[in-house]
Amino acid sequence: MGEKVTLRVWRGDAGQGELVDFQVEANEGEVILDVLHRLQATQAGDLAVRWNCKAGKCGSCSMEINGQPRLACMTRMSVFEPGQPVTLTPLRTFPVIRDLVTDVSFNYVKARQIPSFTPDPAVGLGEFRMQQVDVQRSQEFRKCIECFLCQNVCHVIRDHADNERAFAGPRFLMRVAELEMHPADEADRRDIAQDDFGLGLCNITKCCTEVCPENIKITDNALIPMKERVAGRKYDPLVWLGSKIGRRPRPAGTAAVPGTRGDSGSAGEQQG
Amino acid sequence: MTDDIERLSYDVVVVGAGGSGLRAAIEARLAGKRTAVISKSLFGKAHTVMAEGGCAAAMGNMNPRDNWQVHFRDTMRGGKFLNNWRMAELHAKEAPDRVWELEAWGALFDRTKDGKISQRNFGGHEYPRLAHVGDRTGLEMIRTLQQKVVALQQEDAAEHGDPEAMIKVFAETTITRLVKDGAGRIAGAFGYFRDSGRLVLFEAPAVILATGGIGKTFKVTSNSWEYTGDGHALALLAGAKLMNMEFVQFHPTHMVWPLSVRGLLVTESVRGDGGVLRNSEGKRFMFGYVPDVFRDQHAETEEEADRWYDDPDHNRRPPELLPRDEVARAINAEAKAGRGSPHGGVFLDIASRLPADEILRRLPSMYHQFKELADVDITKEPMEVGPAQHYVMGGVEVEPDTGAASVPGLFAAGEVSGGMHGSNRLGGNSLSDLLVFGRRAGMGAVQYLAGLTDRPAVSAAEITAAQGEVVAPLERQGGENPYAVHTELQQTMSDLVGIIRREDEIKTALAELEKLRARAANVSAEGGKGYNPGWHLALDLRNIMVIAECVAQAALTRQESRGGHTRDDFPAMSSQWRKVNLICSLDGDQVGLTQQPMAPIREDLLALFDRAELAKYLTDEELPAAVAAEEKH
Repeated sequence: MGEKVTLRVWRGDAGQGELVDFQVEANEGEVILDVLHRLQATQAGDLAVRWNCKAGKCGSCSMEINGQPRLACMTRMSVFEPGQPVTLTPLRTFPVIRDLVTDVSFNYVKARQIPSFTPDPAVGLGEFRMQQVDVQRSQEFRKCIECFLCQNVCHVIRDHADNERAFAGPRFLMRVAELEMHPADEADRRDIAQDDFGLGLCNITKCCTEVCPENIKITDNALIPMKERVAGRKYDPLVWLGSKIGRRPRPAGTAAVPGTRGDSGSAGEQQG
Repeated sequence: MTDDIERLSYDVVVVGAGGSGLRAAIEARLAGKRTAVISKSLFGKAHTVMAEGGCAAAMGNMNPRDNWQVHFRDTMRGGKFLNNWRMAELHAKEAPDRVWELEAWGALFDRTKDGKISQRNFGGHEYPRLAHVGDRTGLEMIRTLQQKVVALQQEDAAEHGDPEAMIKVFAETTITRLVKDGAGRIAGAFGYFRDSGRLVLFEAPAVILATGGIGKTFKVTSNSWEYTGDGHALALLAGAKLMNMEFVQFHPTHMVWPLSVRGLLVTESVRGDGGVLRNSEGKRFMFGYVPDVFRDQHAETEEEADRWYDDPDHNRRPPELLPRDEVARAINAEAKAGRGSPHGGVFLDIASRLPADEILRRLPSMYHQFKELADVDITKEPMEVGPAQHYVMGGVEVEPDTGAASVPGLFAAGEVSGGMHGSNRLGGNSLSDLLVFGRRAGMGAVQYLAGLTDRPAVSAAEITAAQGEVVAPLERQGGENPYAVHTELQQTMSDLVGIIRREDEIKTALAELEKLRARAANVSAEGGKGYNPGWHLALDLRNIMVIAECVAQAALTRQESRGGHTRDDFPAMSSQWRKVNLICSLDGDQVGLTQQPMAPIREDLLALFDRAELAKYLTDEELPAAVAAEEKH
């Protein structure tokens, strides 16, 4: 039989809450989520924990474990100092719903602002031809399980909630990069990456990369290359000249954020 | 009393937001129907993300000889001819277009040298057939469908000023009852928002069930908590029928150690890419477990099996790539005979078969999973693996072309529907099933709406009853802990109606289930309505209970062994039983079971097989008239 560990769990709702200590059994090889399940089954049936696959594939059980943003299903008990309590708190950047569960709807709003995949409409079913070497870059970003740990840890929004409107966060800047590097995509999202999604606010501290459970090199492979692409465009002399000659629409092929003024067909989508 | 229920109105309500649910919803929205998608989880987290190996479609990118007929044959063989042949036909014919469609929506599958979608080998598939992205194909699929929904919402924002005008995802929402009108037609779906516990009624003339499977009926399962048989139970409670619930797939390879990860899936791609199974004596034991029906297609020596990977046209397949039911039974038998691995499984070895960098490229999540959770480096040492519950072949009886259940306005697609996979599903045929029949159920619902002259009205009495049922566990004082009842039920099913079954054990299980049912009806949940997992489980128990009973009753009735149903006391496959579908329905709160003859297989489909092969499965009367030329081979 396993030993008892002390879980110090934040309990409460949107209004207020506090850390509560529980003594729970833990067995060899178990992860935090196993121990939380035992806690639910034996002592706190109503403890709110969001989880799903318990295999590190769905990104639901994100929380802060001893202050570190992690997946509860992939954090083994053996990494903790024996005898020391393990503190479990909800993601700090997002509003708490209850106990360890937060309202992550911010991320779904941001996802909807990024212009979708835009292939050449003339390509028929089964006619796409792409080389492995060309799809590989975007494939790395598509490993993302949307655990939102990078969104949670990024100081641009973690410490400055007023940036939430102007900043899409690492996950969605990476989505922009993924589409930009997609061999069959034809839209140009460089302007809006900078102007609407706040790419410039990222100062490459790599916190997002450090917490990514999929080990995606978010900063090196997505954000920095995007910054380079944007810079290449912004400082192109012709583009600069064009921007000085009065208000003119963005060049053809430049995507607009759906539901904004730049999107001519739109009646306006509410933001944030 | 019903004032505190939120009422929403839609044309189509899709219950479930995995592959089939999203594909169905996209189809309904493309046809201009206002569509709600209900998800127990957040958007994009459904169980589909856990599919690893790939999506089977006879595109013929690796071997031009592949086509729908070959895929159809493999599917029927895999299901031991119990499949609904029309579904197997539609699936084989339409899967390639559905995969290509994903590509047009932005999916990035691994590529061949000439830039097409790469396809990998898998158990039971004659040619390399699975479109894949490393070993995370399900994630790619669900993300692509999720992003297609978002793309449609962007179009709707432009047209209607509201991204959710035509298709809206209700995340963390559970449906507890389907409601009907006086004429017995579907009128809506009742449930609650998981975060607030607020009650909600979706009024809609068409409901598509896409809720997946029943894994949480068993103790060791690769399925997530969502798999509580909700759609199966909702269908039964609404008066629809379930078919062939005895067929439960125990996928052969899951982690067995540490205990906490027991049941975590180890993809079949490991074997598709060259991995072999060995017992404690180091022997590749699968050579001893090739059944008669598959003997012709499988290698008899390790040398031939190994040559097959490079030269499949002149060698026969390795026995490690037999359908899942065969491999699971073999592993079970080896472990029982004392030739297992230290923790009760067997060894799966890829380390000695592929270079380390190749393993990392092809199986990145397997590497990650073993490294992080078990301290095992799969590029250096073998994995310990064993079978766990993975999939249910049984499900809602539907019309093959439209996904329509017997209740007007009710549709089902994906794992919750029955028939397509017969007695055993081939790996890779699930993701393609979701796409093919998700789309068809969406079309079926749209077609049904076109034929309606009035909108079915919800009866107030049904709403009141549904409301009472939902709040009962919170109001009941001093009842039993729902977690305890659930754990006992899982133990009972795993012990007594698991991978190998016997009459006396199933009877014991049924007696236990009777007692558990009474206890399940009397559980109480502590706490309030806000995000309360104990309360949610208390409500899910009703579904798990009734499904467990269906599985046990059907398992008791079918006196033969076939696919995902193995009877120790009836070890042979019977051509008489092949013609029989077992149908479950509810009479009051009692599960009733009837035997229903299967429609004869259409002649042109039968003609795709040798008569000699058909004779292994069909009765003499069912066999096509013997043609002299055919008799010779």
